[in-house]
Amino acid sequence: MKEIRWHGRGGQGAKTVSRLLAVALLAEGHYVQAFPEYGPERAGAPVQAYDRIDDKPIRLHCAVTHPDLVVMLDAGLLTEVPVTKGLATDGLLLINSAATASQIGERLHFRGRIITVPGDRLAAAAGTRFANVVLLGAASRVLAEPGLETLVQAARDGMGKLSQAAQEASIRAIRSGYAAIDTQRRVYA
Amino acid sequence: MPLKAPKIAPSARMRLLTGAEAAAHAMRQINPDVVSVYPITPQTPIIQTFAKFVADGETDTEIINVESEHSAMSAAVGAAQAGARTMTATASQGLALMIEIVYIAASMRLPIVMAVGNRALSGPINIHCDHADSMLARDSGMVQILTENAQEAYDLMVMAPRLAEHPEVMLPVLVSQDGFTITHSAEPVSLLPDEEVRRFVGDYRIPYPLLAGEVVTQGPFAMPDYYFEIKAQQVRAMRAAAQVFDELSEAYQACSGRRYQAVEGYRLDDADRALILMGSSAGTAKEVVDELRAKGEKVGLAQVRLFRPFPAAALREMLTGVGAVAVLDRALSFGGTAPLFAEVAAGLFGQTVSLSSQVYGLGGRELFPEQIAAVFHDLESTEGLEQPRFIGLRG
Repeated sequence: MKEIRWHGRGGQGAKTVSRLLAVALLAEGHYVQAFPEYGPERAGAPVQAYDRIDDKPIRLHCAVTHPDLVVMLDAGLLTEVPVTKGLATDGLLLINSAATASQIGERLHFRGRIITVPGDRLAAAAGTRFANVVLLGAASRVLAEPGLETLVQAARDGMGKLSQAAQEASIRAIRSGYAAIDTQRRVYA
Repeated sequence: MPLKAPKIAPSARMRLLTGAEAAAHAMRQINPDVVSVYPITPQTPIIQTFAKFVADGETDTEIINVESEHSAMSAAVGAAQAGARTMTATASQGLALMIEIVYIAASMRLPIVMAVGNRALSGPINIHCDHADSMLARDSGMVQILTENAQEAYDLMVMAPRLAEHPEVMLPVLVSQDGFTITHSAEPVSLLPDEEVRRFVGDYRIPYPLLAGEVVTQGPFAMPDYYFEIKAQQVRAMRAAAQVFDELSEAYQACSGRRYQAVEGYRLDDADRALILMGSSAGTAKEVVDELRAKGEKVGLAQVRLFRPFPAAALREMLTGVGAVAVLDRALSFGGTAPLFAEVAAGLFGQTVSLSSQVYGLGGRELFPEQIAAVFHDLESTEGLEQPRFIGLRG
């Protein structure tokens, strides 16, 4: 089983991307669970969301305490929440930041693997202010699943409420997050 | 970090749904005549999702928006008396506010189906899961089902109307799922085709409708001359519900492939130690049983789904030969015995088995696999077992 923890602020869409990832992985035949952590529901407050992925039905119904992958949607939370808590040294921290991985590692005193993706910049270039979808694309590339087109389909199905233009911008952002890892993977794979 | 090979056959047709959405889909497919609604966390996404289906014209249901849960249950009573297939949903304080009318619905033998997202009772105010709200309704005369996951929340909801409306039963049925842990957690759920659910649920006709033109008396005053007899009829109806539940489980298996027992034994054959529990933590506990079994430990569990009527005989049978049993309650009874433990102790009265009462998860406190494993290890010695314990309590 693989477990993922998403960190963001209320309104940045951590819950949304945890669910889109699960939809796409289910479409590819994996058993999944996606759930947010509920505290005070305020825009801007630190929030967490989780995914579990397995090749057999998932019966665990307790919090994720030892994630394999932590995804940070907002680098501003680095000093506010214990982002590496429970993350093993063979785990991976994927973070929306224009800084380098070694700069982040020094700041966190974390010796495990770190990958940075300039999510805000890539989101803006794609035409959206939401970096969550960039990090979603990046996470799927890191996991090697789901496939990019499955993820794009899940996003189309799951974003029916958005305008056509907003949907297209989100999908461009997913693709750019995916591609951002592709160009780095010689270094980090 | 590549994932393992996928295992779900594409033919399984599973959709990612929260428990709340799964219950709402069951309601959509059942297409009840009337649903009275009032929002409360963590139940709100059930009625919110269902209300969207109604607004989109996917059901013919009349939604009655009311100003409180007391009114929601009262409106449900009126609709059910008129012969409408009626549902409602609530949680925690909402169920507490409904309770007065829940007793009346049960005594009037109205087959109202109620979805609940289990949540702790105030105070202090809390929005997370425990089973105190269901236990508050313990003696109300409602049939009570507690489910483990989103799939069960869907399946048991589909089964509920037939159980409630069976001529020998005619009682309200509560189908609950753990608040947030299931209501807000998205999992793969396999839905039956709409027409299959409609066929399974069938048509409903109330035996004594209020609006059929005949003179009938509903909800009469009953003094010492009749009150006791009416209560005894409720006792018989509840007894019948146990039998009907088993028959329905078989019928439901025939159309879905999934079978739900009133109490499910998990790896109890040759077990010397066992847990008994209800709700979502039963899933976590099954994982622990598998881990300990892999190490050669003879452990198992019994998951109670039907809390009312309580399946004491089945439980007694499946625990024959088990030496020590811990009953895990997610509710308290101050100054008395935790509710599930009390049922189990009464049901196993006279058997040679050590029983331990352990309370966990109040107000949403987590129950982790290692804590469940520790309970199994507690059962290796009977020393001090008679003292009730609290799992994960600080200080």
